[in-house]
Amino acid sequence: MLNIVKIALRNLLRYKRRTLLTSLLITIGVLAVLLFSSITGAFKSLMVGQITDSMLGHLQVHKRGYVASIDNLPLHMNLRPKEMETIEKVLDALPEVEAYSPRIKFGGMFSNFEETTNIRLNGVDPEQEILTAPLLPKRMLQGAAGDALLRPGEILVPELLARGMKVKLGDTVVIVATNRDGSVNAQTLTVRGVLEGISGPGGRDGYIHIKDARTLLRIEKKEANEYAVRLKKADDLDKVHAELSAAFAGELNKEGKPKYEIHTWEKLSPFYNIARMIDVMTFFIKVMLIAIVLVSVMNVMIMAVFERMKEIGTIAAIGTRPGKILALFLVEGLSLGILGSAAGTLFSLAAIFALKVNPLSFDFGRQKGLVLSPTLDVNEIMIASVLVVLVSALASLQPAFKASRMEPVTAMRQV
Amino acid sequence: MSGKSLSEQEGLNSVPNAAARISTEATITRDPAEVRVGSAAGTGEEKAMSLVESKDLTKTYQAGEVEVKALKGISFAIEPASFVSFVGPSGSGKTTLLNLVGCLDKPTSGQLRVVGTDVATLGRAEGATFRGRNIGFVFQDFNLIPVLTVFENIEYPLLMVECCGARERRERVETLLEAVGMADQKKKFPSQISGGQKQRVAVARALVADPKLVLADEPTANLDHETAFMVINLMKSLKKERKTTFVFSTHDPKIVGEAEIVYTLEDGLVTNLEDRRAGHA
Repeated sequence: MLNIVKIALRNLLRYKRRTLLTSLLITIGVLAVLLFSSITGAFKSLMVGQITDSMLGHLQVHKRGYVASIDNLPLHMNLRPKEMETIEKVLDALPEVEAYSPRIKFGGMFSNFEETTNIRLNGVDPEQEILTAPLLPKRMLQGAAGDALLRPGEILVPELLARGMKVKLGDTVVIVATNRDGSVNAQTLTVRGVLEGISGPGGRDGYIHIKDARTLLRIEKKEANEYAVRLKKADDLDKVHAELSAAFAGELNKEGKPKYEIHTWEKLSPFYNIARMIDVMTFFIKVMLIAIVLVSVMNVMIMAVFERMKEIGTIAAIGTRPGKILALFLVEGLSLGILGSAAGTLFSLAAIFALKVNPLSFDFGRQKGLVLSPTLDVNEIMIASVLVVLVSALASLQPAFKASRMEPVTAMRQV
Repeated sequence: MSGKSLSEQEGLNSVPNAAARISTEATITRDPAEVRVGSAAGTGEEKAMSLVESKDLTKTYQAGEVEVKALKGISFAIEPASFVSFVGPSGSGKTTLLNLVGCLDKPTSGQLRVVGTDVATLGRAEGATFRGRNIGFVFQDFNLIPVLTVFENIEYPLLMVECCGARERRERVETLLEAVGMADQKKKFPSQISGGQKQRVAVARALVADPKLVLADEPTANLDHETAFMVINLMKSLKKERKTTFVFSTHDPKIVGEAEIVYTLEDGLVTNLEDRRAGHA
C-alpha cells in the first residue's frame, strides 16, 4: 500500500500546477465551510446563551394552555401551591436540572407620577432567578446586582421604558395592576437598576420581587404561573423534556388532559427559526463544498487517466492487477482531498486565531456591539474533512475504475 | 535470408508446397509439433516442453465498418531458451502476434498455449497475474514509468506483481542493474537518461521477475544502430545466462541477423522460418 501511496503522490507532484490549483480550490471550500460554521456557530451560541441564560432558561413549565395565551399574561392559569409542590418535587429529582425559578408574569401600568405607560413584569425570587438566569445581572446597564438581584420594594426597569419615562436609579415609581378578580391595586417601588433590552420574548420585561408581585396582585398563597428551568448541560434538553413529560404524564386536569405543559426554549423563542435557517445555510455551504471537490477532483482524475493511458497500459501489461491500478488512481484522488482539507483546516485555524486577536463585533436588532468569539469545533473539522475525503474518493472512483478496466493493448495504442 | 526455407528444413515435416504455405489455411504447418523450434525439437518427449504453442491462430479487428484480418491462421511452437524473431513489413501482423503471445489480447479463433496455459481462458485479473509471473515485456517506446527512478522502475514488477521481501528485491534489482550496465544510473529518472539506457532499463525490468518468456516489440526501432546492437546483444547474453526465451519483432534486417530463429510474416501469415543454430542450418 505504501508503494501505491508513493507512486500516487509522485504522480500528483508531476503536475504541480494542476495539483496546486485543485488543492487550492478544495482548501478555499474547506476554509469557507469551517469559517462560516465557526462564525455562525459563535453567533448562535451567543444568542442562544443570551436567551436561555438571561431570560427563558432551557425549559419552562406552565399550566396547560398558558403559552397559547401568553400575550394576555393570564392570572387565572396560575399554578397553585400543591401544583408548585408537585413540579418542584419532579425538578428536584432530576439530576440534569441545575436550578429552577418560579415566576409570576403579569402586565400592569408603570407611572413616574407624571406619565403612565404599560409594562410587562416578572415577579421573581432573586436567588433562584440568578441561578436559573445567570446572565440576568450582566444585563444591568445602570445599578449593580450586588449582594442580591432585587429586594422587596425594588424594581428593575427595562432600558427603553426607563429612557422614555426618564426614570433613574433610586427614583420612585408606581406599578398599577389588575388582579385575577378584576380589582386594581398599586404599589410604589424604587428603581434598583435599568436592564438592557435583548431580542426575544421577555427581552423587554421588568423585574420585581415575587413577594411584591403577590402583594400587588393580592395573591395570598404561594403561586406562580411559570417555572423556568436551567439544565447543567444544554445538550440534555430533549432528554429532560422527555423525562419531564413522562413525569407529568399522570397529572391530568378535569378534562382528562395533561395538567402541565413543558416547552423547550426552542419552542418559546423565535430565534430558534433563525438558528435553523443558519443551519440550513451551513448545509448548503457544505453542498457547495461537495460540488467543488467533486467537480475539481473528478476533472483532474479524468485528465490524469486520459493523459496516462499508455502508462496504464504498460503497468497492466507487466502484470499489475486491475485492483491495484484502481487503488493507484483512487489514492491519487484521495491524496488531493486530504491535502486540500488539511490545508483548509490549517488556514481556518489561522483565521479563527486572527479573529480572536481582532474580535468581530456586530449589531443585532437593538443590541449594539455584540462581540463574537468564534471557535473551531473538532466535530465540524471532522465532518468537513471526512466529507472532502469521501467525495474525493467518490470523484476518483469512475476515472480509477475506467483505468483499471482498460485493455493493455487498447491503452498502449493511445498517444 | 541466409537460412533454408521452412519446407527445406530438417525435422520439420511441413507444408507440401509453396502454394499451401501462403494460403490462409496452412501457414507453416497444421500441427504446432511439426514446427517446433528452439533448443530441442523433434521428439515426442520434448513436445510437452514447448513454451508457446499456437494452432491455426487468427485475429480479426473491426476498424469501423471494415473487418481487418491481422492474423490468418498461424501455427508454431517455441521451445524454452530460444532467441526468436518475427520479422516482416509494417502491417504483417508481428505486433498482433506478440500481443496474443503476451496475453495482452485474445485470439479470434485457433489455439494458443503459453507456458502450458490456454490464454483464451484467462480473465482480466488472471491474465495480469499470469503475465506478471511468466512474461516480461520490452516496448518500442521503452514505456518506463516517469515518476520512478531507474532502480524503482526495475523494482516495480517485484513490488506490484511479485510482492517479495525488500532484501530480495534489492538483490535482484542490483544484479540486473549490473548485468545491463546501469548500476551507476540507478537513482536517475527516465527523463535523465538516453534512449539506449532506457531500453536497457526496460530489459532489466522485463527480467527482474525471472519470467520464462520475454517479448520485445520492435525494441530497437527508436535506437540508433550501435545502441540497437548493444541492446540485442544484451538480450542475447542474458538469454544465455538465464536461459530465458526472448521473442522479438523487428523489420530491421541488420538486427534480424542476430536472431537464432526467424519467422517471416507477411499479410498475417508465416511465410518463412529460418533456424540458424548449429545443427539446424
